[in-house]
Amino acid sequence: MSSNQNILVKLNEAGFSLNNKWLVRGVSLQVEKGKIVTLIGPNGSGKSTTAKIALGIYKKIDGSVEKYTNKVGYVPQKISIDWTLPLRVNDFMVLTESLDKESIDEALSLTGVIHLKDKNLGDLSGGEFQRVLLARAISKKPELLVLDEPVQGVDFTGEIALYELIKKISDELNCGILLISHDLHTVMSATDHVVCLNGHVCCSGSPMDVAKNNEYKALFGEQASQILSRYEHRHDHVHTSEGEIKKN
Amino acid sequence: MLDDFFIRALIAGIGVAIVTGPLGCFVIWRRLSYFGDTLSHSALLGVTLAYSMEFNIALSVFIISSLIALTLIQLQKTTNLPGDALLGLLAHSSLAVGLVVIGFLSFIRFDIMGLLFGDILAVTVDDLLIIWIGGALILLILKFIWKPLFASTVNYELAEAEGLNPDRAKAIFTILMAAIIAISIKMVGLLLITGMLIIPAAMARNISSSPQKMVMYSIIGGLLSVILGLFSSLEFNTASGPSIIAASLFLFILSLLNIKQSIKLKN
Repeated sequence: MSSNQNILVKLNEAGFSLNNKWLVRGVSLQVEKGKIVTLIGPNGSGKSTTAKIALGIYKKIDGSVEKYTNKVGYVPQKISIDWTLPLRVNDFMVLTESLDKESIDEALSLTGVIHLKDKNLGDLSGGEFQRVLLARAISKKPELLVLDEPVQGVDFTGEIALYELIKKISDELNCGILLISHDLHTVMSATDHVVCLNGHVCCSGSPMDVAKNNEYKALFGEQASQILSRYEHRHDHVHTSEGEIKKN
Repeated sequence: MLDDFFIRALIAGIGVAIVTGPLGCFVIWRRLSYFGDTLSHSALLGVTLAYSMEFNIALSVFIISSLIALTLIQLQKTTNLPGDALLGLLAHSSLAVGLVVIGFLSFIRFDIMGLLFGDILAVTVDDLLIIWIGGALILLILKFIWKPLFASTVNYELAEAEGLNPDRAKAIFTILMAAIIAISIKMVGLLLITGMLIIPAAMARNISSSPQKMVMYSIIGGLLSVILGLFSSLEFNTASGPSIIAASLFLFILSLLNIKQSIKLKN
């Protein structure tokens, strides 16, 4: 049962309702060590809710969650920090775990914000703050990373670099990543498993499987499907419908 | 040395200030000033019950305040009333019940003024023990829950997601609030305890750039307020509580000068 030991978090038919309205229901998925699972779906489709179920933030849920690790790094989509607190980047980095200076500096350097270490958190721009959030999540070398729109507000070149960093972290730390993103282009090239949500799981599988799915096309349109296909061409081969492997 | 009431008051005040410093920072960060008021108003009930049953005052206040705090948490879960309405409801009803009970206790001589505003003459050697041992316990427990409490103050979901159990930290902090009110009631009086918690911490906010510094300055501010307040209380024959709070207000006003300077710098 070696594959089971690799599971970090597993949702079984999980759902969450608020004020008698289902935000999301019937979600089954699992995140394994070294794998990136991406949640996609339109606004209000329950992506962030699913992440919060997986993290154990929502407790009164339908179905069940099995979490096999406590070393979790989380980048929430929205974060409201109260500025009655005098908080510098350096203080924020050690919020949930005590870290030595090297680990803090390393993480801040990786996301390109080491120069902001002594700045007040309230003085950062949106993109800078996002980079600090990501640095904080990776600095504790987690086994499970949950990233909810981790590059929102980051400039274009930074965005690509950060996605590359996320991929690298997943390889180097062998940690599982649950990623939520709107950016189909960047995400699909690195993702192992895609779950397409629309209040429920409308389809899931490898990026290619999802791209071919009719429900996915209905949600995102034909163009999105083509984006995914293009990415598949980056591989050195394609699987033909007859089951042959054709080199590019 | 402990025979001198003024020395006893100073030692008691210093003990209280060391504990209210860090707790006061959390009261400001977590926006709990009215929660502190509610607990201290309910302390009157605790005091009257202590008198009527010849029970230790600090312990009785601690028990009643903890009960009120737990009632509040329960009401927040079960009713749709907003938090401030519930706080007002509990504050004034426990104050009223406390005053009614005083009416029944006409056979006991009550120093209401001392109760409301603090009375340095009343500090006994036993009180010193309660303040210092109780205070040490409060600080020890606060140190223990510091990380989850602070993390959830910054962002609840981050703390919960990363396994810090913020709900437990919050419940323990609530009990610590009841405890600090219980041990400081004789010094500052029940009407002004919240002032002792928030004014030095507010002063510290104006001059600090990190949470650790804010806690440190808050303690120093509290100590200065106690020393200044008690000496002027002796000099002008005023009640100890208001004198200490007035001293802390004076320090707060001084700290505003620092803000003005930093605004000028930014421009």
